[in-house]
Amino acid sequence: MAVAHKDPSADAKSVADFSKEQELSAYRTMLTIRRFEEKAGQMYGMGLIGGFCHLYIGQEAVVVGMQMALKAGDQVITGYRDHGHMIATGMDPKGVMAELTGRSHGYSKGKGGSMHMFSVEKGFYGGHGIVGAQVPLGTGLAFANRYRGNDNISVTYFGDGAANQGQVYESFNMAALWTLPAIYVIENNRYAMGTAITRSSAEVNLSRRGLSFNIPGDQVDGMDVRAVKAAGEKAAQWCRDGKGPYILEMLTYRYRGHSMSDPAKYRTREEVDEVRTHHDPIDMARHRIIEKKIANEDALKKIDGEVRDIINQAAEFATHDPEPDVAELYTDVYR
Amino acid sequence: MPALSPTMEKGNLAKWLKKEGDRVKSGDIIAEIETDKATMEVEAADEGTLGKILVPEGTADVAVNTPIAVILGEGEDKSSIKAAKPAQQNKAAESAPPAKAQKSQAKTQDVPAPKPAIAPEPPALQAASDPDIPEGTEMVTMTMREALRDAMAEEMRRDKDVFVMGEEVAEYQGAYKVTQGLLQEFGAKRVIDTPITEHGFAGLGIGAALAGLKPVVEFMTFNFAMQAIDQLINSAAKTLYMSGGQMGCQIVFRGPNGVASRVAAQHSQDYSAWYSHIPGLKVIAPSTAADAKGLLKAAIRDLNPVVFLENEILYGHSSQVPKLDDFVLPIGKAKISRAGNDVTIIGWSMGMNYALKAAEELANAGIDAEVIDLRTLKPLDTDTVVASVQKTGRAVTVEEGWQQNGVGAELAARIMEHAFDYLDAPVARVSGKEVPMPYAANLEKLALPSVAEIVEAARSVCYR
Repeated sequence: MAVAHKDPSADAKSVADFSKEQELSAYRTMLTIRRFEEKAGQMYGMGLIGGFCHLYIGQEAVVVGMQMALKAGDQVITGYRDHGHMIATGMDPKGVMAELTGRSHGYSKGKGGSMHMFSVEKGFYGGHGIVGAQVPLGTGLAFANRYRGNDNISVTYFGDGAANQGQVYESFNMAALWTLPAIYVIENNRYAMGTAITRSSAEVNLSRRGLSFNIPGDQVDGMDVRAVKAAGEKAAQWCRDGKGPYILEMLTYRYRGHSMSDPAKYRTREEVDEVRTHHDPIDMARHRIIEKKIANEDALKKIDGEVRDIINQAAEFATHDPEPDVAELYTDVYR
Repeated sequence: MPALSPTMEKGNLAKWLKKEGDRVKSGDIIAEIETDKATMEVEAADEGTLGKILVPEGTADVAVNTPIAVILGEGEDKSSIKAAKPAQQNKAAESAPPAKAQKSQAKTQDVPAPKPAIAPEPPALQAASDPDIPEGTEMVTMTMREALRDAMAEEMRRDKDVFVMGEEVAEYQGAYKVTQGLLQEFGAKRVIDTPITEHGFAGLGIGAALAGLKPVVEFMTFNFAMQAIDQLINSAAKTLYMSGGQMGCQIVFRGPNGVASRVAAQHSQDYSAWYSHIPGLKVIAPSTAADAKGLLKAAIRDLNPVVFLENEILYGHSSQVPKLDDFVLPIGKAKISRAGNDVTIIGWSMGMNYALKAAEELANAGIDAEVIDLRTLKPLDTDTVVASVQKTGRAVTVEEGWQQNGVGAELAARIMEHAFDYLDAPVARVSGKEVPMPYAANLEKLALPSVAEIVEAARSVCYR
């Protein structure tokens, strides 16, 4: 059984009404992520980026829509497919790209790399490399909000693969038990590395994974940024109202392989093309903008150019920024 | 030729899917490349027209970073290919990672080979000395259990961000009664009973610490912390480094460690060596009530993740604790528990119990042993150990843990490195035997280090 991103059982059918500014801003951010990732892929190919590099291409609407539902003070945490989350939370593409190239002005001074970046200032708590480990951590962020009595919430992203980790359910239990303000966003891109969800999961409707903890969950069209925002707002309100955690399963799709070295032979080119052609979050936003006459082709071309410039500058910066000083080897082990 | 994996150096251009003159946009598949592991599709990273194919299909062993085609952007035509080609090559060479650049340099004879990279010296450790206890300070006899409880209570009074969580810490008053009375004083918000879910609550505590709270996470025993060890190491210990110093984790993991009594292999194990292997963690293992109190207070205030290894058998042992408003001891400082001249015996936690008894027996035999209580296992106070061995010329280490890769092995290595010329005998290690802990009373006793074994080891290094 294939889980399509437009599953008729999707609970959150409603899409948010976007203002002109919101349409354009969402378009711009999604495009920035897309261009950033394409550039990262290119730089990886040139040997400028090492190790693992997991691209977010195709999933942009999830993080951009969710971010639109949050307010300052809320916290975001995710796994290793994290570049999109950083850009969406407002981190500087230069600093992110320079971390990918392992340079001194990367967000982690070059010591973290693609999977380990953080920005306390932007409320981004990483960037974690162990599948599922971010889920208790994100639950702890929610715990801290509850402990302090503020109205901030934490958003913990993880994939359909991580959804089978035991610590996810340990976290669900405590979050529900202690009514913690935690949104769990399951980015279901249908493949855990190369294993299709139907081959890894007994229950493929991941929004139901909180049932035995009484955590409500919705399936959301994760390719439509408006649907994501609407679902995110509903979940955020639930959490801020003190009702405990909420699960959002985002039905999404990644176009690239699991990491740069994945030939993606476990799915057909037709499957990828179908999504890219008919459900691409950026193309859909672009069509809406033209159709609703929010902006014309020229105005969009201008945005495209501006985004390209930002990304080119980031790449340029990340290419020429020096490597960390050797003295950095021993710093930041303790404080 | 793009690098498609961390280790790829060259690839075969298997097939072109676009031909010269085709329009391409970002993400279009333009070619297939065979690597040593798989056939990969190459996507265009830029929009434009495929101006020229530089490497025809079927070409094998194309080095990474070799230009394979030129994509013409808007406004460019074929005439700009010539100009673009060398520029692109230069760009690729210029932006190659330093490691590769160095490699190619080394091959050229007239360029001196680059100096091999040598790691700088690690920073020197300088632990403070114990604070002076003012003359006339009242000494109170209490159990280690009470001392630990008082330490937590004092720190919770001092800082509202400090809270305690773990299994049975609140209503039950602690599985080993270490948290007795905390719920009554601080309430359920700050003394939190968790479900039996070590992996989850360790991670949750770390998340709360990343957000700035100061959790004290109790493991009912460190045996159960094995379920959580990924979070302790990968999340707590490494995040400060991986964030370039931006985000740290002020948290204490505490609970009984080591061998209990007659509970067999899964419930009797010493984790001293495990945690003290990890950069980013501090590891403390006290043997007296006063050290337990002063060091737990220090651990709660320390900005780094601290693993605080207690001992079930020592919980009930009483010793004197100075009655001071704020008794805090330095982390990373060993203590000379008994001064002596003939042999240095090094222990910590329960090992001190055996070591001090052995020292008494040795004194009766005319051997004057110096006994060092490490108290902190990471950072390890090498200076105190080395100074003692320089004086005595002989050393015996004592631990409940297994010998291979144990703390005793580390001590022996450091003594060799720093006091080799002072040694009059090889360092001797007394340790737990390399077996899972047996249940039978007689076998359990044999599996543990004993006073007799320490006495024997000390005699042997003294050749007496």
